[in-house]
Amino acid sequence: MAGGAATGASVTTDTYAEARTWLLLPAWAVLGFFVLAPVGMMLVYSFLTKEFRGGVIWEFSLAAYDQFFFDRGLFGDEAPKIEWTYINIFWRSIWQAGLATVMSLLIGFPTAYFIATRPEKVRPIWVFLITIPYWVNLLIRTVSMKFLLRDNGPLNEFLMSVGVVSEPIHIINTNFAVQLGLFYSYLPFMVLPVYASVERYNFTLSEAAADLYASKWTTLRRVLLPTVKPGVIAGCILVFVPSLGSFLAPDLLGGAKNFMIGSLIEEQFKGSAGNWPFGAAAAMILLSMVLVILMVFARQQAKSGKEAG
Amino acid sequence: MASNTDVRNYPGFVGITILCLVILYAPLIVVTVYSFNASASITVWEGVSLRWYADVFTGPDSEKFKTAAVNSFSIAIMAATTATVIATCAATAMVRGGRFRGRTLSFGLISLPLMVPEIVTAVATLIFFNAIGFTRGYTTILAAHIAFCIPFAYLPIAARMQGIEGTYEQAAQDLYATKVQAFRYVLLPLMGPGIISGFLLAFIISLDDFIITNFVKGAGVETLPTAIFGSVKQGIKPNIMAISTMLLGVSVVMVTISYFVSKKDNTQ
Repeated sequence: MAGGAATGASVTTDTYAEARTWLLLPAWAVLGFFVLAPVGMMLVYSFLTKEFRGGVIWEFSLAAYDQFFFDRGLFGDEAPKIEWTYINIFWRSIWQAGLATVMSLLIGFPTAYFIATRPEKVRPIWVFLITIPYWVNLLIRTVSMKFLLRDNGPLNEFLMSVGVVSEPIHIINTNFAVQLGLFYSYLPFMVLPVYASVERYNFTLSEAAADLYASKWTTLRRVLLPTVKPGVIAGCILVFVPSLGSFLAPDLLGGAKNFMIGSLIEEQFKGSAGNWPFGAAAAMILLSMVLVILMVFARQQAKSGKEAG
Repeated sequence: MASNTDVRNYPGFVGITILCLVILYAPLIVVTVYSFNASASITVWEGVSLRWYADVFTGPDSEKFKTAAVNSFSIAIMAATTATVIATCAATAMVRGGRFRGRTLSFGLISLPLMVPEIVTAVATLIFFNAIGFTRGYTTILAAHIAFCIPFAYLPIAARMQGIEGTYEQAAQDLYATKVQAFRYVLLPLMGPGIISGFLLAFIISLDDFIITNFVKGAGVETLPTAIFGSVKQGIKPNIMAISTMLLGVSVVMVTISYFVSKKDNTQ
């Protein structure tokens, strides 16, 4: 996911109006066939019966969703109770993604503010420095993080050599390692939208507040923050949403105990123990959560856009 | 008092910015440094050597990496080229095609791969190929890559086109150029930087993809990320760090080119 997804380029002329159907056709065809149709097919599969060696039997069934939410005992004949296993995995994913978002905000906001207040000429260089890591392979970055955080890895060696700790701190395969991994993966997504909104901010407003004896922190909190809020929310969503469905960070940094949605879904499609309809249902639930978040966000952006203009 | 009115500078923000850069770069620098380690163990430092780079090209895994690299690069070139052509056409319709019904919907469809979580796209594509009875392999990877590369190519191309005033093509048309000629000889050359930068970003995105590829690749076909992932599952070996460093280098070079190309203003 990249920034700027919410703003399509605007129309400049209608020079090629008569050709537009033909010009758009390839994009419609490819995206319709390889993204939209697959999502539709996934919805269908989530209502089918599972085949034991992976795949499905074409028979309508609610078993996948039922398995997700209800526990009917070992033989399926007991009164339904709420099944907490999968709800807890989703809840843990929300929690992990949320903490990663908070960490990104704590580091990303001051960084974005600092960059936006530099002279205009050097700002693109700072932004470029923040962007480079995003374009480096996520797998390689996660592997690097795993290497860095190991019990006898470079981070622990460094901490012991400067005397901060006397024995290695155990980070890998903990919840914290996953949060660090997610935070590290998506940190640039926080900095960029916040930077974009602070850069547009009219600093005379803050100066006026300071002239009226508001302290610097009051100015930041009461004057700047409400104005740049859309950028902050955009940053939070750009970190939270991909973190929620992340597979690599929990898989490589978290170990088996720190399961998240991504791993739960992946497991259903690997090997012979998989349950395709259940995996499709879990993916559908994740997709619905993400779409709800994006819709609420789009509404809010539209509203704040109206207020501003 | 002076420091109180200096609302552009907050104490500590410099420190946090430096910390931010350290966090972003430390893991990459550490892996790069350790890829030059002479030791066979990843924990002990035994001096600088190119041993593991040689191992990538001639060692026991070299055949596997070579095949994976050929797959990765050929898919990335084809997917990025196709996606760039499709995205350029789409951008022309969206930016130079006036307002029309379905414009918002078209933009929604183009940005769909950015909104749907990758793992969901991966599962959906796997299910789709299974449902229509497609055997998974090289072709399915290519098809999936073309689809998710489109928005990454589209965004810089559309942004560039929006920045070029319509007067250029209108001037050409006033001088009796047909619309096709105005596009081919006026708009397209001006679009150059946007198209190159769109292509490069699509190329990196394709080269980097792990999750979707992992689902649609089928048995036997590997790309560099899936081969690296398979290796890492058995523990991080020094040759993996060497291959990672090379891939990291490719990405950094491409992004740097894209950055300088997109800054170039040829409308003057």
